[in-house]
Amino acid sequence: MAECHPVGFQWVMEARLRGVKVFHIDPRFSRTSAAVDRYLPIRAGSDIVLLGALINYVLSNELYFREYVLAYTNAATLVSERFRDTEDLDGLFSGFDPGTRRYDTGSWAYEGDEDARTDEMREGSGVHAEAAGSDSYGARGAGASARPPTDPTLRHPRCVFQILKRHFARYTPEMVQELCGISPEEFAELAEAITANSGRERTTAWVYSVGWTQHSVGVQYIRAASILQLLLGNIGRPGGGILALRGHASIQGSTDIPTLFNLLPGYIAMPHAHRHDDLADYLRREGGDTGYWGNRRAYLVSLLKAWWGDAATEDNDFCFDYLPRLTGDHGHYTTVMGQIDGTVKGYFVVGENPAVGSSNGKAQRLGLANLDWLVVRDLTVVETASFWKDAPELETGELRTQDIATEVFFLPAASHVEKEGTFTNTQRLLQWREKALEPPGECRSDLWFYYHLGKLIRQRLGDDEVDRPAKELTWDYPEHGEIREPSAEAVLREINGTGPDGRALSSYQELRPDGSTTCGCWIYCGVYADEVNQAARRRPGSAQSWVAPEWGWAWPANRRTLYNRASADPEGRPWSERKAYVWWDAEKGEWTGHDVPDFDKHKAPGYEPPEGARAEGALAGTDPFIMQSDGKGWLYVPSGLADGPLPTHYEPHESPVLNTLYGRQANPARRLYDRPENPYNPPGSAQFPYVFTTSRVTEHHTAGGMSRTLPYLSELQPAPFCEVSPRLAAEVGLVNGGWATIVTSRAAAEMRVLVTDRVRPLRVQGQLIEQVVIPYHWGYGGGGVVTGDVANDLLAIVLDPNVYIQESKAGTCAVLPGRRPRGRALLDLIEEYRHG
Amino acid sequence: MVGNGRQDKQFGTGRMACSHAQDDTGTLTFGLLDEEGVAYVEIERGRRYAFFTDSSICIGCKACEVACKEWNGVPDDGFVFRATSYDNTGHLGSDTWRHVAFIEQDGRWLMSSDVCKHCTHAACLDVCPTGALFRTEFDTVVVQPDICNGCGYCVPACPFGVIERRESDGRAWKCTMCYDRLRGGMEPACAKACPTDSIQFGPLDELRERAQARLDRLHADGVEEARLYGESPDDGVGGTGAFFLLLDDPEVYGLPPDPVVTTRDLPQMWRWAGGAALTLVGAAMASFLRRR
Ligand code: SF4
Ligand code: SF4
Repeated sequence: MAECHPVGFQWVMEARLRGVKVFHIDPRFSRTSAAVDRYLPIRAGSDIVLLGALINYVLSNELYFREYVLAYTNAATLVSERFRDTEDLDGLFSGFDPGTRRYDTGSWAYEGDEDARTDEMREGSGVHAEAAGSDSYGARGAGASARPPTDPTLRHPRCVFQILKRHFARYTPEMVQELCGISPEEFAELAEAITANSGRERTTAWVYSVGWTQHSVGVQYIRAASILQLLLGNIGRPGGGILALRGHASIQGSTDIPTLFNLLPGYIAMPHAHRHDDLADYLRREGGDTGYWGNRRAYLVSLLKAWWGDAATEDNDFCFDYLPRLTGDHGHYTTVMGQIDGTVKGYFVVGENPAVGSSNGKAQRLGLANLDWLVVRDLTVVETASFWKDAPELETGELRTQDIATEVFFLPAASHVEKEGTFTNTQRLLQWREKALEPPGECRSDLWFYYHLGKLIRQRLGDDEVDRPAKELTWDYPEHGEIREPSAEAVLREINGTGPDGRALSSYQELRPDGSTTCGCWIYCGVYADEVNQAARRRPGSAQSWVAPEWGWAWPANRRTLYNRASADPEGRPWSERKAYVWWDAEKGEWTGHDVPDFDKHKAPGYEPPEGARAEGALAGTDPFIMQSDGKGWLYVPSGLADGPLPTHYEPHESPVLNTLYGRQANPARRLYDRPENPYNPPGSAQFPYVFTTSRVTEHHTAGGMSRTLPYLSELQPAPFCEVSPRLAAEVGLVNGGWATIVTSRAAAEMRVLVTDRVRPLRVQGQLIEQVVIPYHWGYGGGGVVTGDVANDLLAIVLDPNVYIQESKAGTCAVLPGRRPRGRALLDLIEEYRHG
Repeated sequence: MVGNGRQDKQFGTGRMACSHAQDDTGTLTFGLLDEEGVAYVEIERGRRYAFFTDSSICIGCKACEVACKEWNGVPDDGFVFRATSYDNTGHLGSDTWRHVAFIEQDGRWLMSSDVCKHCTHAACLDVCPTGALFRTEFDTVVVQPDICNGCGYCVPACPFGVIERRESDGRAWKCTMCYDRLRGGMEPACAKACPTDSIQFGPLDELRERAQARLDRLHADGVEEARLYGESPDDGVGGTGAFFLLLDDPEVYGLPPDPVVTTRDLPQMWRWAGGAALTLVGAAMASFLRRR
C-alpha cells in the first residue's frame, strides 16, 4: 500500500501513531513492510492456506462473534443433500465435468432450492460461466431462496457452519508452515492479534490489492477473507471491512459504470443472445426476486429510458432489444486470441498499454499486428501504438514492419487536470474535479472523443432498421468552449436520473419500473440530488462529523460504510458504545446514526416478512445484507461462483510446489489458453525452478505511459530490475548491479539485478523456495525516457474462471546471469528451455 | 498520426493550490483555510523557519524529491541504475536538492529525506565572495543564481557536502527552502507533498519542541535508537535549520556525525593568510570571466 498508494497510506501511518498494530503479508518486502509493526513473508499463491487456517483457528477455538454470525450470516442455513465437498472428492466439489472443466452448480444450492433453476439458468454454470456471468455478482445477489431451512443450533451436519468446520479443518498452522513458509509462531501472533481485536468493542480491517486478485483462484482469495471477517463480525461496522486498493484512479468508477464486456451500469448483467430474448425473459432469468435486486426492473427500465428517452416505451420493451448481446467470452484475452486468429479486426485501446501491461506481451503484439485498424488514445505514444516500428518481435524476425497492415490511429488524450469530471475511489466516493488547464494541441478528453465520434456516426446513419439504436440514443449534451467540450455535469445529471417532473432524483428508491423515471446508473442515483452536484462538495473534515458525509458523495445514497445495519445488534442497539455507528430509534420509529443507514429507514428490527413478499419487503428487520436474496452474509455461496461454494487452496498453474492439501494441483475450473502463442511451463519442471511475482514500485505508474516519459520519475527508477536473495544470487552467479536474464516458456527478458536481504527464500515442504520479484513498468519504446524489456512478456495467460483476471502474481522461471541473446538466438534460448 | 504537443510541454506541479494572503503587517499566511477563513500557519518575516524531517514515518515515496524538482525547475540527475537499494539519485547535489536515502539492514529498511541544513553558522555563506549566498528574512541560506559566479568556494566549505556546481552552467545550486514560496505565503514544496508529514515545516523553535515530544514518545514506546540530529544549538554548526529524527547513527544515513562549520577558524586564518587569499579569489574570478 505504501508502494502503490502512498497518499492513502498516510492514514495507516496515522492509525499506527494512535496505536493500531499493522501486519503486512506479502511475498515481497516492500516499502509497506518497512513501515508496519510486523512483516510476514509468504510464498506467492498460497494465501488461501493462510486465510483458511485463520478461519479454522477462529472456528475451532470458538472465537467467532456468535450473535453476529447467527443473526447476520447464512451459518445456520441447510445445504442440499446432493452437495459434496472437496473433503469428499479430494479437491473437487460435486458437479464437475472433466470434459468441459466446468461445474454444474445445482448441488451447491440451499436445501429445497436444488431444482429451482435449470442448469442453463443457474448462476455459475454452463452458458453463464462462459460469459463471466459470475463477475456480475460483485454486488448482485445470485438467485437463492429468501427463507431456506435453518438450524439455529448450528449442529445439523448439513448446515453451513458444520460444512465450513469440516472444509477448513485441514487448514492447520502446520499446513501454513508447509505451504506458505510462515512459522507456527508467526501464525499464532497474527491469529491472536486479529481475534483479540475483533468483537463487540473492536474491529479489524483487511486491505488487499492485486496481489490477491491476480491468481487463477483470485476470487476465492477475497471469499476467504469475507468468511473470516463475517465470522469475526467485522463487516458493516466502523474500522472493519475488506478494503480493495484499486490499481488506478477511478478503477472503481470503471466497474460501476463499466468498461467491462459483461456488465451494464450498476452491475446489471449484460443480456446474453441465447438466454434473454426479451425484457421479461431477461428479468425472469437474471438474479433473485428478493432483496434489493428484486427491483431490477426499475433499475434497468430507468437505464433504458436514460439512453433512449422517448423512443423507449412500454410497447417496445423500453428498447431492450437495442442493447448489445453477449454470445460468449468477449474478455480481454479471448479478444487478443481472436485478433491472432483474424476474427477480431478492429481495436480501441483507451488509456491502457496492453503491449506492456498485459500478460504474455508477445501474444498482445501478434494480435495488434494482425488487425485492420487500431485506435490508441493516450497521453503519449505508448508501445501499443508504436509496436509496428519497435516491438521486440521485429528484432527476432517474427514480425516485419512492411508486413504489418494494421492502420494505427493515435489520438492524444487530455490528462486529468485538463478535463472536468469525477473520480470514484475504492470507498465508492465520487469526487468532482475541475479543469485546471486547457488540453494542449489536439489532446481531448474521452468524453469529447466519444461524444463527437457519436455525433459523426449519427450524421452518417440512414433509415436502416439496424441504425435505429444509435439514431434514437439521447445524444444532446450542452457543449462549451472553443473545442466544444460536452458538459460533464450534464452527463452526471443524466447518470443521476430524473423523475416524471423532469427534476433530478435523490435516491434509487424513487426509481420506477414503468418508464416514468430515468437513471443512467441506479447506484449513482442521488449524486445530483436537489439539482446540486453532490460530488463537488468539499466541506473540510474539521468542519463536520468524523464520517464526513459532506465531502464528495458515496454510492449508494451517500452511505460511507455498506451493510451498516450490521453495526447494530439484532434489536437495533449498537454492539458497543465504542463502535456505535447506526442504530434504531424506537421513539421516532427510524434508523439513525453517524452514517446514512444502509437499510429501509422505517423497517423495525422486529419486522418479519409476510409470505410471498418481494424485493426488500422479503427481508426481515434483522437482515443487513440487503443485496442478497436472503439478506445474509454468505459464508457459503450456494449460487453464483464458477469454481466452488467455498475457497479451496489450489497451487498456481505454474508452481514448483506440490499441492499437499488435495489430489488436485491447480484450480480445476481455471481458464486456459493452450495455444502455440501461450505455452505453459510444464508442472514441476526442473528447467523453471524459481517462483517469480510481478509488482509495482512507487516511482512508476502501471505500464509506464504516465511515468517513463517524465524525467523526474524515470531517474528515480531508470531500469527494469529484479530483486533476488543473496542466496539465489550466489547460486546462479548474479552480481548486484549487473544483469540477469529471466526465462519462461514465453520469453526471456533481461534486467538489472538488485541483490537484497529483503527477499528471503522460504522453507516450503522442506526445501528452500526462491522468489524473484520483478516490477513490470518498463517497455521497449513508447517515447520513454527510459526503456527496457517487458516483464509481462514472461507471464502465461491463465485466468480465474469467475472474472477472467490473469494469474500474474505467481509463475515459474529460470534465472541466468548476464544479458539475453539478440535476434534469432533469443528464440533458440527460449526453445531450449521449453523443451530441455 | 496527429501531433501531440504534449511531449514538449512543461508540466506544472499539479499540487493543490494554497490559499494565501498578506496582511498590512507584512504577515504571510499559508495553508488550507478552515471554515472561518483562518489559516493554521503563518509565515512571518524575521522569524526562523526550518524543516523537521522525521525519518521514523518516512515511507520513501520520493514525493519530496519530485515536488522539489517540479517547483524549482531542477534538471534531472541522470538515469543511472545504482543498485543501492531504491536510491538511484545517490546524494544531494546541484540537481538533487532533496534526496531520499534507503538503508537496508537486517529486517529493517530505513528511509530518510536529506536536504540542505540551512546552518546557523553556514560555511558556504561565509566563504562566498560575491554575496550570492545570503541569509534571508526567514533565516534560511539561499544562493542567488544571478549573482553566483561559479567560483565553487562554497562546495568544499559545506560540512555536509550539500552545495554543488552544476556542470552545465558552472554555478552553485542547492535547496532554497522554497524561498519564493515562503515569500508567497506557502510552505516549501517537499513538505507540502510529503504524504505522511515526515517532512514538517514551521518556525524552528516550535519544530524543536515537536521533535522533542516525538522523541520522548518513541523512547516511551521502546524505540531506544531514536535520536535527533542537528537540533542542538551547541553543535559544530550552531544547530541546523533542517534537523532530523533518525533511527540509527548519522553515518548510516551518510550524515557526518559531528559536523563542524569549516570556517570556524577563519578569523585566525585570515590573520595569517592575509592578502594571499584575496589574490587567489581575484585570480579565480578573472579566470571565470575569461571562460565566459
Ligand atoms: S548544509 Fe551546506 S549548503 Fe546548506 S547551509 Fe549548511 S553549509 Fe550551506
Ligand atoms: S515525501 Fe515524505 S514520506 Fe515521501 S520520501 Fe519524502 S520525506 Fe519520505
